[in-house]
Amino acid sequence: MNEVLRNMGVAAGLLMGFAIIGTGLVSVTYEGTRERIVANEKAALVRSLQELVPPDRYDNDPLRDRIQVTSGALGVTGPITVYRARRAGQPLALFTTVTAPDGYSGPIKLLVGVYSSGALAGVRVISHRETPGLGDRIELEKTDWIRQFDGRSIGSPYAPNWKVAKDGGYFDQLTGATITPRAIVRAIYQFLAYFRANHAKLFAPASETRQATAENAQ
Amino acid sequence: MSEVGYARIAQDGFWKNNPALVQLLGLCPLLAVSATVVNGLGLGLATALVLAASNLTVSLIRNLVRQEIRIPVFVLIIASFVTAVELAMNAYFHDLYKILGIFIPLIVTNCAIIGRAESFASKHTAPKALADGLMMGLGFTLALVALGAMREAIGQGTLFAQAHLMFGEDARTMTITLVEDYRGFLLAVLPPGAFIGLGLLIALKNVLDDRLQRRRLRRHAVASIPRQVGA
Repeated sequence: MNEVLRNMGVAAGLLMGFAIIGTGLVSVTYEGTRERIVANEKAALVRSLQELVPPDRYDNDPLRDRIQVTSGALGVTGPITVYRARRAGQPLALFTTVTAPDGYSGPIKLLVGVYSSGALAGVRVISHRETPGLGDRIELEKTDWIRQFDGRSIGSPYAPNWKVAKDGGYFDQLTGATITPRAIVRAIYQFLAYFRANHAKLFAPASETRQATAENAQ
Repeated sequence: MSEVGYARIAQDGFWKNNPALVQLLGLCPLLAVSATVVNGLGLGLATALVLAASNLTVSLIRNLVRQEIRIPVFVLIIASFVTAVELAMNAYFHDLYKILGIFIPLIVTNCAIIGRAESFASKHTAPKALADGLMMGLGFTLALVALGAMREAIGQGTLFAQAHLMFGEDARTMTITLVEDYRGFLLAVLPPGAFIGLGLLIALKNVLDDRLQRRRLRRHAVASIPRQVGA
């Protein structure tokens, strides 16, 4: 019996030793790469924001001028960060992520930029799991499909036409993939409606908005 | 334990016992990520790196670890290296990391790695284990790149598309368009294309092996009195 216990102890000790060494390796790498990863992610975000709205049109730092909002219209249950761009203190545009929950194989995450007027600055796909060769043509790298949202707003096209052509709407679908474009069109429309109804709140200075979000949550 | 030479290790890794084409290990990443050359190369090199590091470590500690806990220890080592590689890739090849995404952590489950740890590294000296890890990893990379090239050429009509993700902006020009205005062949891009492609690669390898074998036998037969053939 003692023999068994001793063997167990030795084996457990060895295993623990390796666990400590392994964790050490991971921690060192994590510490060594953390700053760079954060910088990468920030740079990627800045690059994508600049692609939607030219940076010379605003004079603040949208990455700092941000608020958290929670709304079903954004396609997720948790809070979402909204970045605001201003010129001389006046709202110019905002950027946020909108999730189309009903893609062909799971949610499609979109980066949406919208001008204060309600016109879309543009939409880009952040992540998706759509079928390669069919649904993935929503990526700008593959086709220009996603660009057809540039400049669109809730009244342009007229609301009932915010559908893919196959459903009698304005937007082109992708050959062989109808569900993907349908999900995106619906998500963007929902977001624009939300944007119009909450314009003041979305552009409110950060302190006021915290209050607004709190009220919203009640 | 019979001694294995480096030439034999290289030959095994690249050809005779290629992890992807002969052992058929690590098919999950192989089939999922091999849609383009660049993806294949990225995942292949990451796997090779993990395989070399884990083989080396396993060999160094082979006399320290008791039989009964060797599997948990191997898994621990492999998982640690994969996490380190994942973080490093996120830091230095951010865009490629975003594309390969979930398949980097999945290297942990690549049976080729624990397979080599168990069947080779735990029984051989460190330099040999390192060599085996590198050769097996490069053999895996080679298969991934070959499959990626095949699928990319047939599926999209290009080669080295998105090379800039790996080699920086200058590499944008590396992309070779084989056919202008190619309409694409979806089957090659989708998962079934990966299975068919892998099948064709294995078939090709077998045909080549068969030819070599036959030529060797013929030379043998001419050179000497016919004797027992085989083994």
